[in-house]
Amino acid sequence: MTHSSSVVDGNQFAVHLSDVWKMFPGVVANAGVELCVRRGTIHALLGENGAGKSTLMNVLAGVYRPDRGQLKLHGQVHSFRNPADALSAGVGMVHQEFRLIPSFSVAENVVLGSAPSLIQPRQLEAEVAAMAKKFGLRVDPTQPLWQLSMGERQKVEILKVLWRDASVLILDEPTTVLTPSEVDELAEILRRMAQDGRSIIFISHKLHEVSGICSEATVLRQGKTVATSLDMAATDAAELARLMVGSSPVAPDRPEVATPGDPLLELTELRASGDRGIDAFSNITFQVNSGEIVGIAGVAGNGQRELADVIAGLRPSTQGSVTLNGADVTAARPQQRFRAGLAYIPEDRLGVGLAPRLSITDNAILRIYRQQRRGPFIVAEKALAYCKYLITRFGVRSGDPGGPIAALSGGNLQRLLVGRELDGQPSVVVAAQPTRGLDVQGVKAIQDLLLDQRKAGAAVLLISEDLDELLTLTDRLLVMEGGVIRGEFDPRTVSRHEVGMAMLADTNATTR
Amino acid sequence: MNEASLIGLFVATVSFAALLYLAALGELLSEKAGVLNLGVEGMMAIGAVTAFIAGVELGNPWAALAIAMMSGAALASVHGFFTVALGAEQVVSGLSLTILGLGLAAYLGKDYVGQPHGTELVPVEWAGLSDIPWVGPIFFSQSPIVYIAILMGVAVSVVLTNTRIGLALRASGESASSTDSAGHSVLGLRLSAVAAGGALAGASGAYLTLSLTPQWAEGLTAGRGWIAVALVIFGAWKPGRVGWGAILFGGTLALKTRLQTFGVDFSPIILSMLPYVLTLLILLVISVRSRKRPSPAPAGLGFPYRREER
Repeated sequence: MTHSSSVVDGNQFAVHLSDVWKMFPGVVANAGVELCVRRGTIHALLGENGAGKSTLMNVLAGVYRPDRGQLKLHGQVHSFRNPADALSAGVGMVHQEFRLIPSFSVAENVVLGSAPSLIQPRQLEAEVAAMAKKFGLRVDPTQPLWQLSMGERQKVEILKVLWRDASVLILDEPTTVLTPSEVDELAEILRRMAQDGRSIIFISHKLHEVSGICSEATVLRQGKTVATSLDMAATDAAELARLMVGSSPVAPDRPEVATPGDPLLELTELRASGDRGIDAFSNITFQVNSGEIVGIAGVAGNGQRELADVIAGLRPSTQGSVTLNGADVTAARPQQRFRAGLAYIPEDRLGVGLAPRLSITDNAILRIYRQQRRGPFIVAEKALAYCKYLITRFGVRSGDPGGPIAALSGGNLQRLLVGRELDGQPSVVVAAQPTRGLDVQGVKAIQDLLLDQRKAGAAVLLISEDLDELLTLTDRLLVMEGGVIRGEFDPRTVSRHEVGMAMLADTNATTR
Repeated sequence: MNEASLIGLFVATVSFAALLYLAALGELLSEKAGVLNLGVEGMMAIGAVTAFIAGVELGNPWAALAIAMMSGAALASVHGFFTVALGAEQVVSGLSLTILGLGLAAYLGKDYVGQPHGTELVPVEWAGLSDIPWVGPIFFSQSPIVYIAILMGVAVSVVLTNTRIGLALRASGESASSTDSAGHSVLGLRLSAVAAGGALAGASGAYLTLSLTPQWAEGLTAGRGWIAVALVIFGAWKPGRVGWGAILFGGTLALKTRLQTFGVDFSPIILSMLPYVLTLLILLVISVRSRKRPSPAPAGLGFPYRREER
């Protein structure tokens, strides 16, 4: 069964990529990819992590030069040497990590790169405001960017692309940083842009979002196109999922009902400040018992990150206490907490969890280097042996253990980090967004590791934005919003809708 | 303390302020683009010696000034090549530049020590204005370089806020990757800013040998390049505030040599520490405030940019 569209007339496509090849040392990221995007439509580009979506879009946006292949825009053949070439041909990309400057105003961020040679700040702000209004993007051009939420920053990124009058917009995983209501708003903005005759490529691996927003889809798997220009209305989610992963993904089995043991992690009246000095959360009281997984649901930025930091000892609490295995560790340093049985899988893997420039081996022994030494020296053979043991036990696909860790892919980084944290039989595991950005296999591997910990009697606190993950894995589910716990649910019986409502409690009242 | 010596103090304050301001503006341009250049002292020394030599050999003060600026820019470009093009550590390269500049200046100028100056920039007389008591001598009988410094201050401020290139330059100092993806050449912006900064440091050095002390001697710059570096921090990377800071710091330099004549029993050594003490205080304020808002320092200051690195 082929999924190519029946009509292949190059002129009708806003974007037509054919037979695109891109190779990196040791990896073929794109192996003859095809992509056709109709003018004025929102087109989904689907695929697991490592399927070659980002590489393909970086080729289209002029960041990478393809090794082979043809690129046509509105029927014309192009060859981009750099992002500037792509921009002047009308291709703009909103990257997953925003390319914005915190100290600049919104307007300055928007016009950077395509500003008039003489700038009248007031006039420029007015022009940016007019463009924002036209597409329904609610941002204040005079505001300094550092004051904006992630959702607002994304609008600035979109404005940047519109300002350059791009006819083709690429959005790389745009919903990752958004609240559900912001996702709806984004969909509305994208529809307006499509009506305006612009073509949008929407990269995602969240199927349910894509089906509501996009009219057609192209699916990549292992660097190849497995389906192009699929009609979204005629394709169901199971079929898309099958195309993405090759065979229907096995949903993790619901763990049997646990009989929780003693409380191993207890938080009492806990309160702490965020980066800007105001309360990130307050009055947090709950406990996690041996042999259960407690989930914390919530939209990013409602105090979950800070809570994880406080439990790990990376951020001071201003009130309340943290108890591990019955011992008060409120004032203990991270290393002391680790020895008391706490494993911490931080949200920011490369920044907090690992040291990007150190080798895989050095990262593997970061926590337990004291056991790998003779006198003041680290014994290289012992360290290497331990690293190899972690690699084998947790299925890390890596090259030379002496090579830099930053060369590993996201999923393998996380396997190594999670493995390192879980290897010492911790009694309490705090995992913040442990599966974010991983492909289906990676997600499954990490989730299985957490379930193993639960079986072994550890108390697991799982902080996640993925509601499906929380609903299938946890024994109890807490919802955090505005720095407080908004409710506790039984994930076996609660509906997505109920949790969603708790996640959004008072959102309108607290909008900044 | 009589009227004449007080006027003398203010005249010297303005002169020193202009000297510091030119060098600090150069450093500000460089830092705004993300390149810390600790070689100001060395670039000033090169500017001073080349201006003096050119003055003796060519007899034209404007040609001497131009040559000093080019020499400053050339020396700064050495720093630019290492730090921007090769991604070398900026502090190490900047410190080396100071040592290299001071040594090179001493070597080039060894035959000119003690020689009479060949030419001098004649103070500008503003018809009518120069004769006003107090205001006239303080503001309207200064070396042309003083007025150039003021013009440069305005120019740098306008370029940074009101032009496309200024926006790109500031962006390259805040986030090189954002600037690159916006289609600007980070390499080009940073190299130009560093070279322009060197030219201004060279002009500042030329002011020493063409107006202030029309002589060449080793060690003539006497640590003023370092005050200029501190001044950029003191002025929170804003050309206007750096200007006010230059007057304040210029005042301490002017007062230092006059304390005894004024009969004040205060150690000039303590006075020469004042700019640095004030700068530390400002750093303290910035650090405390930056818990609430971003620091005024360019966010990418000191970080080399390589496109492929993640």
